[in-house]
Amino acid sequence: MSIVIDKSKCIGCKKCRNVCPGSLIKTDENGKAYIKYPKDCWGCTSCIKECPAYAISFFLGSDIGGMGSKVHTEKNGDILSWLIEKPQGEVIKIDINQKESNKY
Amino acid sequence: MKTEKISTDVLIIGGGTAGCYAALTISENSDKKVLICEKAHIKRSGCLAAGVNALNAYIVEGRKPQDYVDYAKKDADGIVREDLLLTMSEKLNEVTDRLEKLGLVILKDENGKYVTRGNRNLKINGENIKPILADAVEKAKNVTVLNRINIFDYSVKDNKINGAFGFGIESGIFYTIEAKAVIIATGGAAGLYKPNNPGFSRHKMWYPPFNTGAGYAMGIRAGAEMTTFEMRFIALRCKDTIAPTGTLAQGVGAKQINSLGEVYETKYGLTTSERVYGTVNENQEGRGPCYLRTEGITAEQDESLLKAYLNMAPSQTIKWIESGRNPSQQNVEIEGTEPYIVGGHTASGYWVDTDRATTIDGLFAGGDVAGGCPQKYVTGALAEGEIAGLSAVKYIDSKESFEKISDEDTNSHLKETEKYLTDRHSLYTTEQLEEAMQTVMDSYAGGIKTNYRFNEKQLDIADYKIRQLETLTDDLYAEDFQELMYIYELKERLTVCKSVIAHLRARKETRWHSFAENLDYPEKDDKNFNKYVNSRLENGEIKIIIRDLVTGGEKYEHSN
Repeated sequence: MSIVIDKSKCIGCKKCRNVCPGSLIKTDENGKAYIKYPKDCWGCTSCIKECPAYAISFFLGSDIGGMGSKVHTEKNGDILSWLIEKPQGEVIKIDINQKESNKY
Repeated sequence: MKTEKISTDVLIIGGGTAGCYAALTISENSDKKVLICEKAHIKRSGCLAAGVNALNAYIVEGRKPQDYVDYAKKDADGIVREDLLLTMSEKLNEVTDRLEKLGLVILKDENGKYVTRGNRNLKINGENIKPILADAVEKAKNVTVLNRINIFDYSVKDNKINGAFGFGIESGIFYTIEAKAVIIATGGAAGLYKPNNPGFSRHKMWYPPFNTGAGYAMGIRAGAEMTTFEMRFIALRCKDTIAPTGTLAQGVGAKQINSLGEVYETKYGLTTSERVYGTVNENQEGRGPCYLRTEGITAEQDESLLKAYLNMAPSQTIKWIESGRNPSQQNVEIEGTEPYIVGGHTASGYWVDTDRATTIDGLFAGGDVAGGCPQKYVTGALAEGEIAGLSAVKYIDSKESFEKISDEDTNSHLKETEKYLTDRHSLYTTEQLEEAMQTVMDSYAGGIKTNYRFNEKQLDIADYKIRQLETLTDDLYAEDFQELMYIYELKERLTVCKSVIAHLRARKETRWHSFAENLDYPEKDDKNFNKYVNSRLENGEIKIIIRDLVTGGEKYEHSN
């Protein structure tokens, strides 16, 4: 369970580093974020929701059946969109209105 | 090392669910200064980092708090503190209202009433539940939050707490924190046992892998009485993603079935431990794998489930999407997790009175670290945070003077941390010893490997090996303060392991399958063990204390 950070997109705001519940994200000499302990990621996706540059993606490890999809979120008002990009390029988007409750 | 001394009225260790709510309570009901020390950042720390999509502890219309007590008591086969459960249950609805006022979205019907899921549950959008709580804490008067501070020991003199010691994992500052009262809210312990997927996804566990049992360990070392560590919590979870199953089982009514398609849950019983046990047994007898039967649910349910899991355990939704099949098209395989010690689900933790006072003077406990009161879930942790907060204020108001932390105490703690940062002669890394510990617990103390079962001979081996590993921690080396935290986390886990082993050995019966399944004593023994197994460290040895149950209408008070 882990994340990948695209350094070319990272703007060095440190929001991901700030929020990680495992203190696993650090910044390099150029101020860009990287995950120092990828095996220690819980998969909570807190950092992904923080990133204003959509530079962080979440993926499932192959040991738990991951098939190479990368996930990030985008927020517009009350809508939190989850974008799941499959390895072949297909993107599946799920919009969640944060003002609406789970029904089940 | 840079050192700093801070004084406060109330120190709250751990800024998760219970800790944040304790701070809010104190801020609103007193003028006491509060300091929260959190080892990550309160915005997303603790159990609620990813979110949660139901409030599982609520008294629905027509039900009473006592009904919740009865439910939790039945699920734990009697080994609960009814006085603690009742005082918690009486606050469940009040804290729920408060959460809604803070901004939590709760499902309501057209008449504005909460829509309930069964007798105890509410449906919510809890993706942002922790940011909501953290935001309220940031705005609360007299509350200071220190993020990324790892507290590693109490300062206790003559059984009275005077504060705690910690270090900044990014700042590198050593902190001596003096406090008139301390609330411990560090959560339970994950990572004692080998996890389901020990490789790359070793931290893809249900309980937060960053909850290392710090609060338990500090209490054990300080001589606090602890209870029911033998009631381990093993969660039945979606295979691989270790995502919760309640939304499937209770939300869309998915039954547990084996690979032959037979519903087996009714065969074994419906308590939390029986559901795990049944799954283990079906697998062992060749009828695995086991599933939650979701095939055939509606398209609308499909869509709702995909969203519900994104709000709580996003990996499960990704799993469905990657497979190209929704839950209506494939049953969800389930498995038991490695055992956790978690007082919010079972009854493990500090032995407290109804004020949530521990047996250490001035130390209060709330949430997963507090024992005797299982099935807390989110709202129960909030309720206990509130009780502990109010009790800490009352305690301070009742005392005239408070002791300072001695320089000698500070210096010995400082020296210990400095040693780990300078001596470089260890052959082993912290990670290697952690793995060794998990292997020992897995093999000899009822881990996944043995289908959660154990006998006394195995426990003896576990105890011996854990003590051996403990001696190796003295020589560990830390390159920086984060690694220093990892050393302390390992030491905490080893301390908790020893107590878990001692408790498993002391309960010479099998009351709960899987949670504490002693093959030397495979039957329940109500005559001798319809009691609490407690313990206290005395002269370096774990002393077991068997106590009578506190049942209906009784209220336990510490007498010494």
